Amino acid sequence: MKIERWRPFWHTPVWFLSLILVIGILPVHADENEAPAAPGRTMARQAIKGAEAWSTVDHAKLQALNKNFATGAEITDACLSCHSEADAQFRESIHWTWLANGDREKGKAGYSLNNFCLSTNKLADESCLACHPGWGTRREAINCLACHSRKTMNFEEAFEDYQAFSVETDDESIEIAKEIQVSIQAAAQDIGRPVRDNCGSCHFYGGGGDGVKHGDLDSSLAKPSKSLDVHMGVDGQNFDCVRCHTTVSHHIAGRVYTTPAASHRKSLVEDDLAAKITCESCHTATPHRDGSKVNDHTDKVACQTCHIPEFAREKPTKLSWDWSQAGKLKDGKPYKTKDEFGQYDYMSIKGSMEWAKQVRPEYHWFNGSIRSLTLKDEITPGETVPVSRPVGGREDINSRIYPFKIHRGVQPYDTKTNRLLAPLLSGADGYWTTLDWQRALSTGMKAVDLEYSGDFEFVESTYVFPITHMVAPGEKALSCNDCHVNTGSRLSTLTGFYMPGRDAANPVNSMGWLLVLGSVVGILVHGVGRFFTNGNKEK
Amino acid sequence: MANQMAHIYLYTRFERFGHWLQMLLILILLVTGLEVHGSFALMGYERAVSVHNFCGVAWLVLFAFLTFWVFTTGEWRQYAPTTKKMLDVIKYYGYGIFKGEPHPVPKRKHAKHNPLQRLTYLILAAALLPVQMITGLLYWGYNSWETLGLSSLSLTAVALVHLAGAFAVFSFIIVHVYMTTTGHTIFAHTRAMVTGYEYVEEGLEIEAWEKKGT
Repeated sequence: MKIERWRPFWHTPVWFLSLILVIGILPVHADENEAPAAPGRTMARQAIKGAEAWSTVDHAKLQALNKNFATGAEITDACLSCHSEADAQFRESIHWTWLANGDREKGKAGYSLNNFCLSTNKLADESCLACHPGWGTRREAINCLACHSRKTMNFEEAFEDYQAFSVETDDESIEIAKEIQVSIQAAAQDIGRPVRDNCGSCHFYGGGGDGVKHGDLDSSLAKPSKSLDVHMGVDGQNFDCVRCHTTVSHHIAGRVYTTPAASHRKSLVEDDLAAKITCESCHTATPHRDGSKVNDHTDKVACQTCHIPEFAREKPTKLSWDWSQAGKLKDGKPYKTKDEFGQYDYMSIKGSMEWAKQVRPEYHWFNGSIRSLTLKDEITPGETVPVSRPVGGREDINSRIYPFKIHRGVQPYDTKTNRLLAPLLSGADGYWTTLDWQRALSTGMKAVDLEYSGDFEFVESTYVFPITHMVAPGEKALSCNDCHVNTGSRLSTLTGFYMPGRDAANPVNSMGWLLVLGSVVGILVHGVGRFFTNGNKEK
Repeated sequence: MANQMAHIYLYTRFERFGHWLQMLLILILLVTGLEVHGSFALMGYERAVSVHNFCGVAWLVLFAFLTFWVFTTGEWRQYAPTTKKMLDVIKYYGYGIFKGEPHPVPKRKHAKHNPLQRLTYLILAAALLPVQMITGLLYWGYNSWETLGLSSLSLTAVALVHLAGAFAVFSFIIVHVYMTTTGHTIFAHTRAMVTGYEYVEEGLEIEAWEKKGT
């Protein structure tokens, strides 16, 4: 009988073939770095082709703008002499009304509040009006230049000085008045679509200081690098705000109170006149390379979740504000202290505050709407009050996992009515002047015409900001392991669904490893048994 | 008598190829699967997912060929379960093997698996592996559940069944590999799976048609 001998396996063609097959399997993704650019990026590049803005008007040559302006309202009149509908359009917009579309109770000028400076007291607090686009703190004439002039100047001061000097008769005063007038006219003639500095003059400083409120919106975005914001980066796409915040009749696209920034997830491919306010408008819903697993995530995970790994990457943002600590005195006087960022972490007039940079967002299901409380809503004392919170849930098909900055506050509420309170802050009766809560609260609540019982306490609260700016370059986006991991998963707080990698700890897992361990112990015992009883074996 | 061994051709080329390729795929699937599950970090999550998906689909193709082969060659009979001598085999592995007793069911061309093997392989090939393939396919196609009308499925359920199956396969591999050492030498069975030839004790009738090439 022919006895086959052991032969090296590669002598058999079958083995050789299977080896090749195996080698074919392994390097399946070795070339992933050389894969063509993401189709979503190509789509977006197409969408902004020929983006250079152009105009048929040089405002410096217009007769209406080549005259002396003694007040801001005169400039507005000059603008409106050509732009006849602008005033009516703008007065309808939320930038002017500060009231939510639809629900007119909501809005800065309504009963809405937050956990920063709490409330505008229905605009009775004049310091808030520094950001209102009228002239100075007045709300009569609209201020076109706030958004449309490329020259930023303090018009309030300029007009005051001009009016003072122009009535004088001495040569020096005439000269100064002339100079002021030249700069006013220069501002009135250098007109265009809003640029980053226009929007930023208010939106970068929300909450009363640079980066206080949003965390993804501060003065670092005035001239950002590509690594801070891949769209706005001056060394990258160099987008202005209005590149995405597209406008119809002075109504600027963006999320406003209860209203989502976009009601439908539509790309320009589906609707070439759609607002460019969402990522998908330009990048589509499947922006990554074909067959890539990340494309399967876009139904449940917002682009921002992976592409904005941290916010406040260059300037610090405020993470908490405890009003209950306000009012302390040092040597009988109000005082301030600064933290490592040079920001005030204590002010007698405001309380204690925490700042942070490079902040990892918190993640929530979000359908684009925010539910915010007003001064009329009752709260549950003893529980953290969600002054604003994202609307959405896992079961809602319009909801996706979205990154948020959560601002934690401690703020006053009425212990009788169980409603949050709106103290007046600035002015002679304001808390910042008096450090007297009772006086500030009763004046503030009188201004909004709501009841105040006279009894107040402080309550913890949260306020949310969806994070959408400061999109990092692709290579800095999160990787699978930021979420699909046992410990330290960014999505560890989102429960009720199974996520591979994150949810490894479960009974099946424990029983499985027990089975594996049992098998190993079993064969060891059996094997050792065979080894020691081998002598019995007949040779 | 025990020294006189006959050499019989037990595993065809295709069977051996199928076996080892399947071994390789299952091993890769197990390792990458456990990485995706979160048991350890090895090649990186993203790569583990791609490799796992690729091997899973590759295995489906191979399994289709193996099944086709088993049925067209009539080899499926080798997997028909029987209780005959089952107890003897259990006794042998639990007791007799330590006393050097001969295996109660020596391998034969028309009966290359003992009753315990038949049952194990049948459960493996007809139940466990198909469950892994079905749950794996479902898991893989998670994003299409809605379009496929499967939205009532629970990912948790699918994932946990797939995980349980993986541990069962893991356990099988451990015991299976150990059992290969119980031949007349430690590597006898392994070598048989490579060369196709198995030594059996002489004296057992080996029919002419069972010999290779004759």
